[in-house]
Amino acid sequence: MAADYNPMELMICLAARYLEDGATVVVGTGAPCAAAMLAQRLYAPNLIIMFEAGGVAPILPTMPISVGDSRTFWRAVMATSMDDIMSFCQKGMVDYTFLGGAQVDMYGNINSTMIGTDYARPRVRLPGSGGANDLGSLCWRTMMITPHDRRRFVERCDFITTPGYLTGPGAREAAGLPPGTGPYKVITNLCVIGFDEETKRMRVESLHPGVTREQVQENTGFELLWAEDLRRSEPPTAEELEVLRREVDPYRYIIGR
Amino acid sequence: MPEAQPEGTRPLFMAPDVDAARQHFRTKAKGMVDKVTTVSEAVARLIHDGDYIAIGGFGTNRIPTAVLHEIVRQGKRHLGVSGHTATHDFQILAAGGCMDRCDVAYVVGLEARGLSRAARRLFEDAGVQATEWTNAALAWRYRAAAMGIPFIPARIMLGTDTLRYSAAKVITCPYTGMKLVALPALYPDVAIIHVHRADRYGNCQIDGINVADNDLARAAKRVIITTERLVPTEEFRREPHRTAIPFFCVDAVIEVPYGSYPGNMPYEYFSDEEHLREWLAAEEDPQTFRKFLDKYIYGTRDFNEYLELCGGIEKLRRLRALEFLVERPNSA
Repeated sequence: MAADYNPMELMICLAARYLEDGATVVVGTGAPCAAAMLAQRLYAPNLIIMFEAGGVAPILPTMPISVGDSRTFWRAVMATSMDDIMSFCQKGMVDYTFLGGAQVDMYGNINSTMIGTDYARPRVRLPGSGGANDLGSLCWRTMMITPHDRRRFVERCDFITTPGYLTGPGAREAAGLPPGTGPYKVITNLCVIGFDEETKRMRVESLHPGVTREQVQENTGFELLWAEDLRRSEPPTAEELEVLRREVDPYRYIIGR
Repeated sequence: MPEAQPEGTRPLFMAPDVDAARQHFRTKAKGMVDKVTTVSEAVARLIHDGDYIAIGGFGTNRIPTAVLHEIVRQGKRHLGVSGHTATHDFQILAAGGCMDRCDVAYVVGLEARGLSRAARRLFEDAGVQATEWTNAALAWRYRAAAMGIPFIPARIMLGTDTLRYSAAKVITCPYTGMKLVALPALYPDVAIIHVHRADRYGNCQIDGINVADNDLARAAKRVIITTERLVPTEEFRREPHRTAIPFFCVDAVIEVPYGSYPGNMPYEYFSDEEHLREWLAAEEDPQTFRKFLDKYIYGTRDFNEYLELCGGIEKLRRLRALEFLVERPNSA
């Protein structure tokens, strides 16, 4: 039964379904955190949620505002350090992470540092890597939840803050990044995108209800690949929406955006 | 492209001179002496124009706000700043025009709250020198310094512009032959850290996440501690496993209740989102912002006056209730 839902709710529900029980995930605030909380309540009670500032496996009572605020280790099994969390990632213990950014290219490289062409005088200075480069380098699978438009999905990032597949097949390994890591899914308000095994380029896997191929391509600044078995994204179930609205984000901090 | 540029091109603000650091730490006074002082005295004595400083906590969580305000009030200039998860702490220093160089891991933003106009201006217009790093990179740079080694190898930054605009080098592992980034030890001149409990000598306990503060306190040449509560040394001797920072790393101790305000202090009080919003909004217009700073920083004598201006005991009571989820936030 397709209930009424908004694009943010759809993205969160789709993202949550990728997180299997017993997996480890490092999340930030916002939609990724909502997805992890939803997954934990519905399909993955043993999902191990971690925050880069040091929170490990909290029972999140409300949506954190900061990845280092006290909610991120509320009834947690451990409150530790950034060194510890990033070391778990580096030694291969973290399955998923979620990242965002101002720009992303066809290889899933992400810019969260600056807009402009001159590093010494950026048109817009953005925060920088934070933990994004670390997590995108070290976690097995990197996911994004992002609005889909031409300003964001660009031919070339003004600055590559966080590595996707860099210039294509083999580039991550050649640069020295851990083998077998990299972008996994990009969940937008229009579609779900994966990465082509051979070219490491973005490949659309499913279109959200009511969205056309043309619409997706028009909102993308580079040529997308298409899965042969292009599907329709499964809309949120009534149960997902119920838990998301009542338990995960009752104040609509995220789903009200 | 990344491959043609295997190492950073930006300035390394602090050299990983481990032997100079050893000499410094050898002669650093380590007596168990009373270090309790005032915020203004500590800032005047321990932070000099041109110093490189690093802030503990996590941007809006467990931050030493009183010292940051005082740095602005005393008009410190040409500071280097470690931009490790720096949000509201960075916003205060940016407002004061205190810095001319910055190691950037996370600056300018206040996470989901938005970007600070005044902090952006430092890089877009004011020509503050920047070198890029990541959160793990700066945490591990503190760790290398805390260990007394010139660098730590890691598998981050590789292949990206973050590396290209850093001051890191790429090395080959002598055992495996793999490429690694070599993160140079970072010895800040001064670290400023807010903690839950300290004694008069500088022993510190931190509740909740430590972020990078154990390493930072060991890496920095001088350490200023603000603490929610001053407690007897007996509390440390009874539970020595809880000591996060030992007294001989510390140069000054100041008791500042609610010292992380408007930031969150775990198990004490939550962040004041209302005030943080007010701050971000004030930055949109230079004149409004000038008045805002006059009211809250330049026009106040100390941190207690600031707390009073922001709502005093009633506001703080509400933030305590929020921290323990006794009360829920107003919907935003």
